[in-house]
Order: sequence, then C-alpha cells, then structure tokens
Amino acid sequence: MIWAINGICSFIASAMFGIIFNSPRNRLLHCGFVGLVGWLAYLAARDLLLGGDTVKASFIGAFAVAVVAHLFAKRYRTPMIIFSVAGIIPLVPGGTAYNAMRNVMETHYDVATVHAMEAFMISGSIAMGLVFAEVIIQLVFKRRARAV
Amino acid sequence: MIIDSTEELTVECCLLAGRLMMEAGAETYRVDDTMARMAASQGLTGADSFTTSTGIIFSPGGNRHVKLASIRKRATDLEKIARVNSVSRGLSSGEIPLKEAYHELKRIERGDFMFPFWLQLLAAAVASGSFLILFGGHWLDIPAAFIAGGLGFFVSETFHEKTRVKFFSEFTASAVVGLLSLAAVRTGFGGQLDVIIIAAVMPLVPGLLITNAVRDLMAGHFMAGLAKGAEAFLTAFAIGAGIALVLSFRGVAA
Repeated sequence: MIWAINGICSFIASAMFGIIFNSPRNRLLHCGFVGLVGWLAYLAARDLLLGGDTVKASFIGAFAVAVVAHLFAKRYRTPMIIFSVAGIIPLVPGGTAYNAMRNVMETHYDVATVHAMEAFMISGSIAMGLVFAEVIIQLVFKRRARAV
Repeated sequence: MIIDSTEELTVECCLLAGRLMMEAGAETYRVDDTMARMAASQGLTGADSFTTSTGIIFSPGGNRHVKLASIRKRATDLEKIARVNSVSRGLSSGEIPLKEAYHELKRIERGDFMFPFWLQLLAAAVASGSFLILFGGHWLDIPAAFIAGGLGFFVSETFHEKTRVKFFSEFTASAVVGLLSLAAVRTGFGGQLDVIIIAAVMPLVPGLLITNAVRDLMAGHFMAGLAKGAEAFLTAFAIGAGIALVLSFRGVAA
C-alpha cells in the first residue's frame, strides 16, 4: 500500500515538474514515469537493501532515472535531459538541506554540519549515478552498433 | 538582416541554435556538439566553439570571422531544447535545407511555448502536495503545502518578472513559503511545520542547474560547470536564507 501511494505521488510530482520545466506536452507522462521509477528504486534500495543509507540509495535512484530517461530519449529521438530533469527532482535532498539550515539557525553547528555533509554527499551521488549510467549505456550501445 | 552568403547563414544558424539551447537550459557539451554537427553538415571544416553559460564564441574556421553571442536570460524550457534539437537533426541529415532551418530557428526564438501561467502555478501547488506525502507528511497537511507551494511559486515568478534579480525573488518566495507554513501551523490548519516547508519549497529548488553543473564538470567544461554551480548555490542559499529569516522570527526553540 505504502509503495502504491509513493508511486502515485512521485509520478504526480515528476509530471508536475514536467509542466514547470515546460516539457513537450506529449512527454509529460513519460516524465512522470521516469520520476516514479527513480523514486521507487531509491525507496527499495534504501529500505530493503541498504538499511536506510540515503547516500547509496540516491545513487541507485539516479542510476535508474538515467537508464529509463536514456531509453526514452533513444525511442523518441529527443535529448535525454527532457526526461531526466523532472525525474531527478524527488531525489534532491531538500529535507536534509533544510535540516542543516534550521540547525544553523538554532546555533547547533555540530548537528548542522552532519546534515550539510549528508546533503552534499547525496547530491554528489545523484550526479555520479547520472554520469555512470550514461557512460555505461554509451558503452553498451557502441558495442551493439559495432556488432551490427 | 539580409544574409547573402551561405557560409554566413550557416554561422548565424549555428550561433542562433546554440544561443537558444543555452537560454533554455541545455547542457553545455550538448550545445557544443550541436553546433559542431550543424557546421560540419554544411561543409564548414575546422569550426570550433567555446561555450559558457553567459556567452558563446563560435569560430567557423579558416579565415572567416569569429562570432560571439551573449546569453542574458536563462530559463528552463525543455520544449525549446527539443525543438532546436529536431531542427539541428534535420539540418545535419539533410532533410531540412539551410534557409528553412534558419527561419524555423527564428520562429522558435520568437515563439512562446510555455504552458499558461495558471497551469504552472497549479502544477507547483500539486507537486508540493505530492512531495508532502513522499517526505512522510500527514494527509491533513496537504492543503497547507498546496497553498504555500503555489503561492511561493507565484511570488517567485512575479517578482522575477518585475525585479529581474533572481536572488531577491527566490529569497522573497521562500520567506513567503515559510510565513504561510508558520501561519498554517499556528492556526491549526497544518501539523508538522518542517515537512510542510520542505514540500512547499521544492518547486523553487534549482534541480536542472545542479544536474547540469555536475554533468558539465564531468564532461570537462569546467568554466560552464563552475558558473552553473555558482548559480545553483546562490539559488539554494537564497531559499535557505528566506526560510532562515522566518524561522529566526519564530523564536527558534519553539
């Protein structure tokens, strides 16, 4: 049940971000789908596989986003960025960054540093996930092209 | 402007495509790649370009003139990127003749493909509501996040239109989000302040900038990557400062 709710909400959120980022109209549902896959991959990795490690889970989520976005990009011959941007949004560490800032305001600098580092690590792992997926996909497609 | 020679038209075409893509928020390496492909397909050998997020320098090679296009406004407009991309694809494969490609690009430059503002507003509000659930909020807080997120986006866009200072508009918007969330919690309209604020602030987050900054850095475009990173950091800082202002008024310990 919780998975279904999360899936629906991430789908809606990503599709709405498709509107804010002005995606092509007939690609909004794809944007939503990319976001759904990324968020569910993140959630599954965090809760079932890694026991709450958000940094590695973000890597896996971003990886999933990039793979699906790339497949869509190949299928519809549009730049990959159209699908990946909206899909990545749910993974952005907004909550962690907020906690960091709030603790700074409360002059709990030690707690704030922990949160800030975590936000930094999460954004780094999102970026790594995107880039790794892209490089691997390119290698795969190149090999296939050579084989044909 | 009347452009007589084909060569000059090609240069104009490349530069226009590059500028449009950069203004719409494409990755720098993609812009470079697109311009190189377009130039190569029209027989400009030795063409080279230097792209940053504030300007493009395009050299057609040989003893032809180097041209420059500065980028003054930056927005996220994926539709525009897709359209320019399809024109450049058509030009490179020979499906669209050069002249037609140039006119098409001009049309894209003039055209406005944005969703109507009310729809974007609604999208921001609905997105805030869904984020509330994703971040573990309670169902009853959805209306508060919906209103705060929508109004925050509205303030951000209208202030940006009026002042043209991005930092200021984002700061004000996040302060409005903070105030509304605080008011909602005080009046019993909403429950958890933290979750409402985080969810409502999400439409302001510079997601595209962050991803593009890192992608450009990894692709070796250090200038553009750092510039975009700085913009993303400034935006994040503005949002944080706006929320911090409200939190500090609240009497922090409460």
